[in-house]
Amino acid sequence: MSKKLLSAVIGTALLGLTAHTASAGTLEDVKAKGFLQCGVNGSNLAGFGAQDSSGKWTGLDVDLCRAVAAAVFGDASKVKYTPLSAKDRFPALQSGEIDMLARNTTWTINRDTALGFDFRAVNYYDGQGFMVPKKLNVKSALELSGAAVCVQSGTTTELNLADYFKANNLQYNPVVFEKQEEVDAAYQAGRCDVYTTDQSGLYSIRLSLANPADHVILPEIISKEPLGPAVRANDSKWFDIVSWAHYAMVAGEEFGVTSANVDEKLKTDNPDLKRFLGEEKDQHIGKDLGLDEKWAYNIIKQVGNYGESFNRNVGEGSPLKIARGLNALWTKGGLQYAPPIR
Amino acid sequence: MATSTAVRDDGGRSKSSILYNPVLRQIIYQVLTCIIIAWLIWYAASNVAENLARANMTAGFGFLNGRAGFDIAQSAIPYSSDSPFTRALLVGFINTIIIAVCGIITATIVGLLVGIGRLSSNWLIAKLCTVYVEVFRNIPPLLVIFFWYKGVLSLLPDVRESLSLPLSVFVSNRGIFMPAPIFGERFWIVPVALVVGIIGALVYRRIALKKQMATGKASPILLVSLLLIIGLPLLAFIAIGAPVTFDPPVLGKFNMRGGTVVGPEFLSLYMALSFYTAAFIAEIVRAGIKGVSKGQSEAAAALGIRPGLTTRLIILPQALRIIIPPLTSQYLNLTKNSSLAVAIGFADLVAVGGTILNQSGHSIEIIAIWMGVYVTISLATSLFMNWFNTKMALVER
Repeated sequence: MSKKLLSAVIGTALLGLTAHTASAGTLEDVKAKGFLQCGVNGSNLAGFGAQDSSGKWTGLDVDLCRAVAAAVFGDASKVKYTPLSAKDRFPALQSGEIDMLARNTTWTINRDTALGFDFRAVNYYDGQGFMVPKKLNVKSALELSGAAVCVQSGTTTELNLADYFKANNLQYNPVVFEKQEEVDAAYQAGRCDVYTTDQSGLYSIRLSLANPADHVILPEIISKEPLGPAVRANDSKWFDIVSWAHYAMVAGEEFGVTSANVDEKLKTDNPDLKRFLGEEKDQHIGKDLGLDEKWAYNIIKQVGNYGESFNRNVGEGSPLKIARGLNALWTKGGLQYAPPIR
Repeated sequence: MATSTAVRDDGGRSKSSILYNPVLRQIIYQVLTCIIIAWLIWYAASNVAENLARANMTAGFGFLNGRAGFDIAQSAIPYSSDSPFTRALLVGFINTIIIAVCGIITATIVGLLVGIGRLSSNWLIAKLCTVYVEVFRNIPPLLVIFFWYKGVLSLLPDVRESLSLPLSVFVSNRGIFMPAPIFGERFWIVPVALVVGIIGALVYRRIALKKQMATGKASPILLVSLLLIIGLPLLAFIAIGAPVTFDPPVLGKFNMRGGTVVGPEFLSLYMALSFYTAAFIAEIVRAGIKGVSKGQSEAAAALGIRPGLTTRLIILPQALRIIIPPLTSQYLNLTKNSSLAVAIGFADLVAVGGTILNQSGHSIEIIAIWMGVYVTISLATSLFMNWFNTKMALVER
């Protein structure tokens, strides 16, 4: 039996047999077991979810898991990671195998409703792009008629690809694999001419190819891909915590609070910032979330603000060197915006 | 001995305690088992329903009529992203059937040859066949698939430097590109001629066997049958003016254009499953032949029957009785192993179903469909093989 089939069966079996474990509410479950089980990218997607040679997980999505752990336990290290393929991720969340999914997952209305998940925070605004070998001399995606296109199955990418080629009246030959590593290998072996996935992913994958300079990423972005954490629907307490963990990181950047200066900022007179860091007298924001008043302080102190995390994982401080673009703060022309914390 | 007398003693005292009544005990055990099974089913079903309701998910197969939205590269029937999920499942199902049928035919032929080869008196052939069997049956089938896919087919040249074979056949790491035949208007006559030929051959065989029973004279059944089955369609084909043209593949900007292609995913899965299963079939064939007692062929020789006829009429029919039951399970294994296609991206039922599962989120329904389809295919194969087995069984008087 294939691995995927096996995990799907196990996922369904769990869905059938874990009636009473998930009933208490995810926050209580997580607190009771003492760690957060976070579903991340299992394909070593550098910058989002990847494991280094010592087994340490890093990435933008991994930072979000750590932020939630910091908010719940005051300790960002209390996370256990479940590496998941694109196909395994939804059964894993549905069955309760993981507490939250932070695996560069696109927020769509179908996933938000029919699949039984809740999405709100977006920790990376992405769009689907194409990568081709330089030697093919392709300048635009509209020249790709007749090409063999490598794509990962069970993704929104696969659907956008079909729609884009159909809308533009282009022919193509899909070469579909379940795992990103298999798509990488097929592209490298010349099984296909074009690699398509989220543009951030293309940057990350290009770095892992033998000669990154031999491949170009085409200018077209053919879809909106708001990537964010997902939780099971109908658990608003837990949903709030996961969403606000991300917003706290963004708010931290808005306030100019970093992991380095957060202790200094505790002495601030700014009432907004005081409330954010849990220094206001008799405040109850944390309590209302079901957390400690120091939840946001712990996130910033142990994980950093959104800008720090972006820079360290995918931005200038990383090999990917992706510009902030849509992911800049709203004050700087981007889309990252935290609702008021009050 | 002591226990059996004890039981008999108990039996005599059964009036004293109804619990010692063996009939009653049997009934109680069976009722208990039924209750436990029914409870398990009810528990699982209600749990699924409860969990689905909690996750705001709906159960049911209605979603299958929705637009699929994804493309499938290897499709035997017309399919596009506008087709419904049911159509996508059908594409996957047909691909599974194709791989199973092709694999079963090839595995049977290779297995038969290797199995007979292992019994050969030629030392080299016997040893080569032994090595083949020992190598292939001791490697997991997934590795054999990867061996063909990554070790053989992806090492072929890039599509732009394809190996060019005669008759416009091109071989590259994207598969074997061949000219696609385009059939003319009156081509339908040829398959009709083929069917007529097959029926004619069957009728001739029946008449010839009757004649042989009556007069003892053998007719050249094989020759006449071949003439009817091959000759008749060929004659028809020439008579209507050979209405077939070919569309050869040509290298386009990215890929070969035109023609028809057998992809490396299909090829590697087909080769791997065929050669893997052939190793087991070879052993079954060898066992079957060995299982016919030597006295049978000696008796045939004593009656003056030629060696070829001895094998065909005496050894093989008896060997088949031993071969068919285990052969059935090998056929079933091959069919089920075809679900390993997912590892190399061949669009079989499991791969397509997995994509639908992920796009629609209806995991329980898809897994139910998977199980239903595989059980159906396996039962159908079993039924056919059981029928064949009954037909082949020794007619005892």
